[in-house]
Amino acid sequence: MHKLLTDQPGKKMMLLGNEAIARGAIEAGVAVATTYPGTPSSEISLNLFQMSQESDLFFEYSTNEKVSMEVAAAAANAGVRAMCMMKHVGLNVAADVLMTLAYVGVKAGMVVVTADDPFMFSSQNEQDNRFYGKLSGLPVLEPSSVDEARRMTAYAFELSEQLGEPVILRTTTRINHSSGIVELDKIMPPKTKGDFTKDPMNQVPVPAVARKLHVKLLENWHKARDIAETSDFNIIDGKGPGGIICNGVSYTYVTDAVGELDLGDRVRVLRLGLSHPMPEKMIKDFLAASDKVLIVEEGEPVMEEAVKAFAQEAGLTLPIRGKAEDLFSRLYEFNPGMVRQCVARFFDVPYTPPEVPDLSDIPPLPNRPPNLCAGCSHRATYLEIKKAVAELGLDTIYPTDIGCYTLGMLPPLSMADFLLCMGSSAGTPGGFAVATDKKVISFIGDSTFFHSGIPGLVNAVFNNHNHTLVILDNGITAMTGHQPNPGVDMSVFNLQGYGRISIEKVVEALGVQKIVKIKPFKLAKSIEAIKEALSYEGVSVIISEEPCALFAQAYKLKKKRAFYISDACKNHRDCINQLACPAFYIENERVHIDEVACVGCAVCAQICPENAIRPVKKAG
Amino acid sequence: MTDTTRLIIVAVGGQGNLLASGVLAEAALLADIPVRMSEIHGMAQRGGVVESAMVFGDAQSPIIADGEADVLVGFEPCETLRALNKCNTETVVITNLAPLPPFTVAIGQGVYPDIDQIQELIRKKTGRLIALDASALAKKSGNVRALNMVLLGALIQSGVLPLTAEQVKEAMRTRTKKAFLESNLKAFDLGFEAAAAI
Ligand code: SF4
Repeated sequence: MHKLLTDQPGKKMMLLGNEAIARGAIEAGVAVATTYPGTPSSEISLNLFQMSQESDLFFEYSTNEKVSMEVAAAAANAGVRAMCMMKHVGLNVAADVLMTLAYVGVKAGMVVVTADDPFMFSSQNEQDNRFYGKLSGLPVLEPSSVDEARRMTAYAFELSEQLGEPVILRTTTRINHSSGIVELDKIMPPKTKGDFTKDPMNQVPVPAVARKLHVKLLENWHKARDIAETSDFNIIDGKGPGGIICNGVSYTYVTDAVGELDLGDRVRVLRLGLSHPMPEKMIKDFLAASDKVLIVEEGEPVMEEAVKAFAQEAGLTLPIRGKAEDLFSRLYEFNPGMVRQCVARFFDVPYTPPEVPDLSDIPPLPNRPPNLCAGCSHRATYLEIKKAVAELGLDTIYPTDIGCYTLGMLPPLSMADFLLCMGSSAGTPGGFAVATDKKVISFIGDSTFFHSGIPGLVNAVFNNHNHTLVILDNGITAMTGHQPNPGVDMSVFNLQGYGRISIEKVVEALGVQKIVKIKPFKLAKSIEAIKEALSYEGVSVIISEEPCALFAQAYKLKKKRAFYISDACKNHRDCINQLACPAFYIENERVHIDEVACVGCAVCAQICPENAIRPVKKAG
Repeated sequence: MTDTTRLIIVAVGGQGNLLASGVLAEAALLADIPVRMSEIHGMAQRGGVVESAMVFGDAQSPIIADGEADVLVGFEPCETLRALNKCNTETVVITNLAPLPPFTVAIGQGVYPDIDQIQELIRKKTGRLIALDASALAKKSGNVRALNMVLLGALIQSGVLPLTAEQVKEAMRTRTKKAFLESNLKAFDLGFEAAAAI
């Protein structure tokens, strides 16, 4: 049995924040869960996916976040509890749904999990999704610890039902990817079937209906604010004239700082867990009882601006500070040390940080950036494109997209010039093609193609842009941990009852006139085919098909056959310098192949001018 | 801060540090010691650096600021050196001495520092250094992948954490695969003994 299905209330378990969120949903009897995977949210859905295989839960990996929210919204409107989860930028994709779903509302509890990523550990921006609460008018819950993430997730369903609208659960990486001890609560059996009662005058937001629904949304906002005033998730600790207002993981840093600086008798801490709508009266009372207030929040000054506005309304002139040159930054994530220092500075208490060693004499250390795996098919495709481009003498621009293949940005491959968001490799080439005379070759993965690449390609065909789109089809959503996508053969996961969509047929159906398919581990053949596609005026598509090496190994889809470097090697190092495959290493000034790492793609063997790279013969 | 012990583990993806931190967390749970941890492992499987922070005791924060680790365990010597910003002049550092040069070195984009120089720098800047060839000891245990357990042995021997060898071994029994349990326990003991001899 999946550990998160353990039905033993009171049992303590060490869980990852994302596991705790999944558990909270199970405790609340979630019946439908949908997602498009994205770090740092991916383990929530991974666990729900696993649990759906042994319980009544319906789970789906949706094509993209927008669709995932639509599926969940409809289920919740048919009376069953639903949750959809995504990374912060995923909510941009689903924002169109969210904004009007806020008007239409839900019949059963619906929770939208958005996982923000301050410091961008694995994201292209660090947008602060608390703004989506303000923008949509929906309530926002923000846990400060792993166990609270579980409790809040379960509560979010109740709150959603109380208000008849979805609730946003906003986390940050340090909640999603922290582990802590969680005390299990009882599991409520899910109600898996509901009913849909037709009510177009409330559920079809044509202008006349929408005008009415907006009134209802604002009424709900006031109700939610009243709930926030007395919510158990909005708490005040300590005593004294000083004040700190904080949220999320910052609350843990603040609590530690207040303890370490011995400020418990001088400073009160207001932690907002139900942080939108803000509890206006609670905050005004807090301000009235304080002589100065520090706002501790990662990201944008969302609370700070609101609190300052409340002070103005209440005619209070106490100092309220947060984002400032000498205090907190809008950039990156906080840590306990910097919060302690800012708290000490603001409340004027002496504090000496631990003595840190002088590191100025440490020699420059070699970088260790993440690299495409040994035998990754993307490396082969990139090399072939480079060779084809060189042979044709093209001047190129390489827009790329989001996936493992973005790692092709690093030298020696250097195959990424421009990136905005999921699917942008299909849309941006049009702009480059019309604004320059360069050959535009862009890269997209299979999952990203289904996610949001198709409309860009439709556009390119319709507007006849001169562009080659390379679809790197490795048969899985690799980067986020090998989730399925609509092109995946689900029998690999031992699952039946799924459809499967052929990328080639989609591309054909869109009217692309030049389509070539390559098997990237066949170098010479692939280069010829690529040249043909690159020489075509107009939209051409190259589909490069080869399973993700890591996935293929994990699921035993391919036989491993390691290579070695024989004595014929003249040490040109073309292999290592062109491919930078992590299976190579240098010892005694000679190139070697790590037999454990090598999966036997044989790409290096095909570029070695001495034919020195050969398969290892099986002993016996 | 007295009731809190802060541990940072740095490793290269694939070296098994998530299992090591998992075992320690389990041991803390068994010993009824509050523990929080935080991991950055987005690209672990693509050969990047994996860092785990573990906070034992009363503190609420799941992460550790620069200069505030009580103990640093490095699975790879160059990565140990790179993580010195997490240390202060009192920090106990435990490092494997077997290098795993990044591919940037192989393609001429950097120079791997000398192992003796690495040790000397760490020794000079921190409270105490326990350096051992954990990879060799793992091999000796019969399981090259038990490097993580060797380092756990050394860590527990150092006495910085509020956990006993028995508690950690108990956690290993529940957290690690049955087939590897024996070699893992042996690796733990080898690391423990090696650290005791330093
Ligand atoms: S996980 Fe798969 S797609 Fe990603 S780098 Fe590794 S082999 Fe390539």
